[in-house]
Amino acid sequence: MNIPPLPKLLRGRTWSRLADVAIFALGLAIFYGILQIARTWFGPYTPVVHISRSPSALPGYTAYSLLRIAIAYALSLAFALSFGYAASRSARAERLLIPLLDILQSIPVLSFLPGVMLAMVALFPHSQLGLELGAITLIFTGQVWNLAFSFYSSLKAIPRELMDVARIYQFGRWQRLTQIELPYAAQGLVWNSMMSVAGGWFFLMACEMFVLGERDFRLPGLGSYLQTAASAGDTPSILWGLAAMIGVIVLLDRLVWNPLIAWADKFKFEQVDGGSAPRSSVLNALRRSNLLAQIRSRTFTPITERLTLHFARRTGANALHPPQRWKPWCGRALAAVALVVVVYGVIRAGTLVAGLSGSDLKNLLLGSGATFLRVTAALLFGTLWTVPAGVAIGSSQRLARFAQPLAQIAASVPATALFPVILRLLIRAGGGMNAASILLMILGTQWYLLFNVIAGAMAIPSDLKQVAAAFRFGRFDRWQRLILPCIFPYLITGLVTAAGGAWNASIIAEYFRFGEQTLSTLGLGAIISQATDAGKFDLLLAATFTMAAIVVIINRLVWKPLYRLSETRFKLEA
Amino acid sequence: MHQAANEPIIEARGVAKFFTQRDGAAIEVIGATDLAIYPERIVALLGPSGSGKSTLLRILAGLQEPSSGKVLWHGQPLARQRPNVAIVFQSFALFPWLTVLENVEAPLQALGVEAIQRRKRALKILDTVGLDGFETAYPKELSGGMKQRVGFARALVVEPEVLFMDEPFSALDVLTAENLRSQLLELWLGKQIPTRAVFLVTHNIEEAIFLADRVVVIGRNPARIRADFEVSLAHPRDHQSPQFISLVDYTYKILTQPETEVLPPAAPATPERVRSKYPMLPRALPGAIAGLLEMLLDRGGRDDLYRLADEFGMEVDDLLPLVEAASLLHFVRVQEGDVELTPQGKRFAAADILAQKELFRAATLENVALLKQIDQTLRAKSDHAMPGAFFLGVLDDHFTSEEAQRQLETAINWGRFAEIFDYDADTERLFLPETQS
Repeated sequence: MNIPPLPKLLRGRTWSRLADVAIFALGLAIFYGILQIARTWFGPYTPVVHISRSPSALPGYTAYSLLRIAIAYALSLAFALSFGYAASRSARAERLLIPLLDILQSIPVLSFLPGVMLAMVALFPHSQLGLELGAITLIFTGQVWNLAFSFYSSLKAIPRELMDVARIYQFGRWQRLTQIELPYAAQGLVWNSMMSVAGGWFFLMACEMFVLGERDFRLPGLGSYLQTAASAGDTPSILWGLAAMIGVIVLLDRLVWNPLIAWADKFKFEQVDGGSAPRSSVLNALRRSNLLAQIRSRTFTPITERLTLHFARRTGANALHPPQRWKPWCGRALAAVALVVVVYGVIRAGTLVAGLSGSDLKNLLLGSGATFLRVTAALLFGTLWTVPAGVAIGSSQRLARFAQPLAQIAASVPATALFPVILRLLIRAGGGMNAASILLMILGTQWYLLFNVIAGAMAIPSDLKQVAAAFRFGRFDRWQRLILPCIFPYLITGLVTAAGGAWNASIIAEYFRFGEQTLSTLGLGAIISQATDAGKFDLLLAATFTMAAIVVIINRLVWKPLYRLSETRFKLEA
Repeated sequence: MHQAANEPIIEARGVAKFFTQRDGAAIEVIGATDLAIYPERIVALLGPSGSGKSTLLRILAGLQEPSSGKVLWHGQPLARQRPNVAIVFQSFALFPWLTVLENVEAPLQALGVEAIQRRKRALKILDTVGLDGFETAYPKELSGGMKQRVGFARALVVEPEVLFMDEPFSALDVLTAENLRSQLLELWLGKQIPTRAVFLVTHNIEEAIFLADRVVVIGRNPARIRADFEVSLAHPRDHQSPQFISLVDYTYKILTQPETEVLPPAAPATPERVRSKYPMLPRALPGAIAGLLEMLLDRGGRDDLYRLADEFGMEVDDLLPLVEAASLLHFVRVQEGDVELTPQGKRFAAADILAQKELFRAATLENVALLKQIDQTLRAKSDHAMPGAFFLGVLDDHFTSEEAQRQLETAINWGRFAEIFDYDADTERLFLPETQS
């Protein structure tokens, strides 16, 4: 069909051609990479891949890791969209799904590792696919929850008038999704995608190389490269690996996230121009590209057009027919099946855990206490340095200009990638495993605190600062009456995320294997790792459950009330 | 093509809306109402804010189900049809991520109109509402008036039989609103738009009288029709003409005297209205009430409401709660569209701030059941304190939960000003001030 074209702005011709070439080359490279990786995936099962320490192997390893993250992210997004949709569509589903999400979020992902890996390897005994799928599943569980929650809360927040428009003009399902729901949720989805992918790197580094009982699993990737290099004490290789890691993250930032943020700016729900919009030269190049424009007008536009009209006509036809009778029955049957599965699972898990010995239970109790103290210490130390540093960066433009990008790069390096390296240095320096694990927890969680404090300090209204200056507040008064109350809500937000992260990090931080040597200390995380290593599933289950319960309880008893306080009393309202 | 011109397009028969509380009691928001929309007419629904005008519009448009009664579309139940209606919203409700053209095309897409046809129709209607050349702009690049033009274009492009408008000009500045109103009227009178009837919800009396062929005035708590009259002035109507002014004055009287019936004989009255134990507190701040009284004193203690509003550039909506509150406290009397200070009112207006607080305290304890009850409860308690939630619970039996919240907020504002009690926002407790306990 021929749609009369609209007047378009003149395009820079040379630029657009260059952009076309670049996009074409990129497409070719990605295609080749995926082809290569797919060949090994479907190749024979080789649990112990030899991990080369040569820098020339790095591009390949990086590609493997990237692909894993990309696939896991795509799955997470798909899941998040269906989950959010289901939860916001029906009040009954909502009552069930939202508390479920809360609990699932608190389960330490790394304790899934053994179960998921064994299951996947058993599913695909003859190809490398099982191991890969296991890793992808783990990353998926690490990044899906915040995406799902973001989409759900966006759907709930759509202004009533917009939904009224959809209803009064009888938008079809597809049109409602593409013209209202997805655009409205886009901003939240993009920001949460960035967080999710950062979380994905964290888990990927941990699960590319691990030991399960007698079996040693290795997947070629950046994480296994770094671990191998650290085990061997090969400093040049460690540096190469870190450089590759940082390079990939910076590139992703420039080529993916920046353009995405700039693009998503048009989905901001505002009726007036908010002033400076984020910009991205990559996005501009993409927009100028003739190639992409051609592809779009040949494929994307006609397909969406078809879908919209198809669903529109269906809605029109449906309006005159009563809904089918079997639909509610279908849902009920599904719910019944789910209930049976859950009950069966709970009974089996109960009998498994009931067989634990008294000494195991005592250990669990002591370990929980030890990890609790460690998490508290990590949060405390983290707060102690990030609050002054964050306030300093947030209140000085000059400092912010060079400190913020540095901090962003530092924060983007997943702590798990650094664990083996730092642990080695610490042990050599003579610090105990106890101190090392606290340090590792701080390392993994301090950035949430720092960035939130910076944001809080930047948001201190300048009129309040002027008041403080006019009344000649002393340093103490200024902190007590101005700065701390102003950053309080931000600090709480940071602490909630950091606390969850610290519990999760304890699984890697309290127990570590260097080749033949095992380092560990008393703690819940160590118990989980140990149980994984020894294949003791009853203990693993009990420890995982304990950790999830502790996190949920602390959330309810400590963070929720503090959060409420920060939303009421310490909220700065215009 | 449709029924004769005297058959209603949409007809509401005894529609009512109530919300059920947890304890099973129902709070009535809209009392049983009959209302019909006839072809070739503009109907304006006029009422104070919070009176349920928009809810009534949503029920008539099929966006919301009434709790009882039914809505008919060409004589058939609305629920099972695809009524051809459109809405223009106060907040525009445009999609900021779509261009002007895409916004206008969206309803046609939903109808399954093919791309070429769609674009043709959208461009034509954009031309009609004067948006030529803005097709590729995004809504946020446009001024408020231009945005509402897009809103009109989007509504008109589906050629609706009934065009609903929910406070369409209220978010615009005075001049823009005036301009858009006249242009809409021109299109309507010149039959340049295919719409057969217009249903307008507004709180602006002059707007209703300027545009409508028929004005329906509703009261609140619960909403019910208080007056329903024809406006037969010839277009274009002159705001300054004596007939126009007298109609505006008449409407003012209806709106400012919620207790008495100023109904013209045509409209049916519903006499059995249960008086609530807690008459609704108007949402007015004590400082603003004092301001109104002082202003009245300056003007000799009596003035015409309409003039008062006009002179101070206030909408009825801003002024009415103040007048209602002052009248509830017996500081003023409202008569024939005039407000007059009572002797207490005069004393209040002339007093200094401390004496004003004393007078306000006496007047509230005398006339406001809720404050009297709070005062007694606090005195009766040994620690002279009570959680706000307690009183909220009491109010919940008489109002919807949002309204109960608003009522308590107003009561707290008044009680604090009158120094009847104090309130701690952290613990959400009301307590007697030191000097009294």
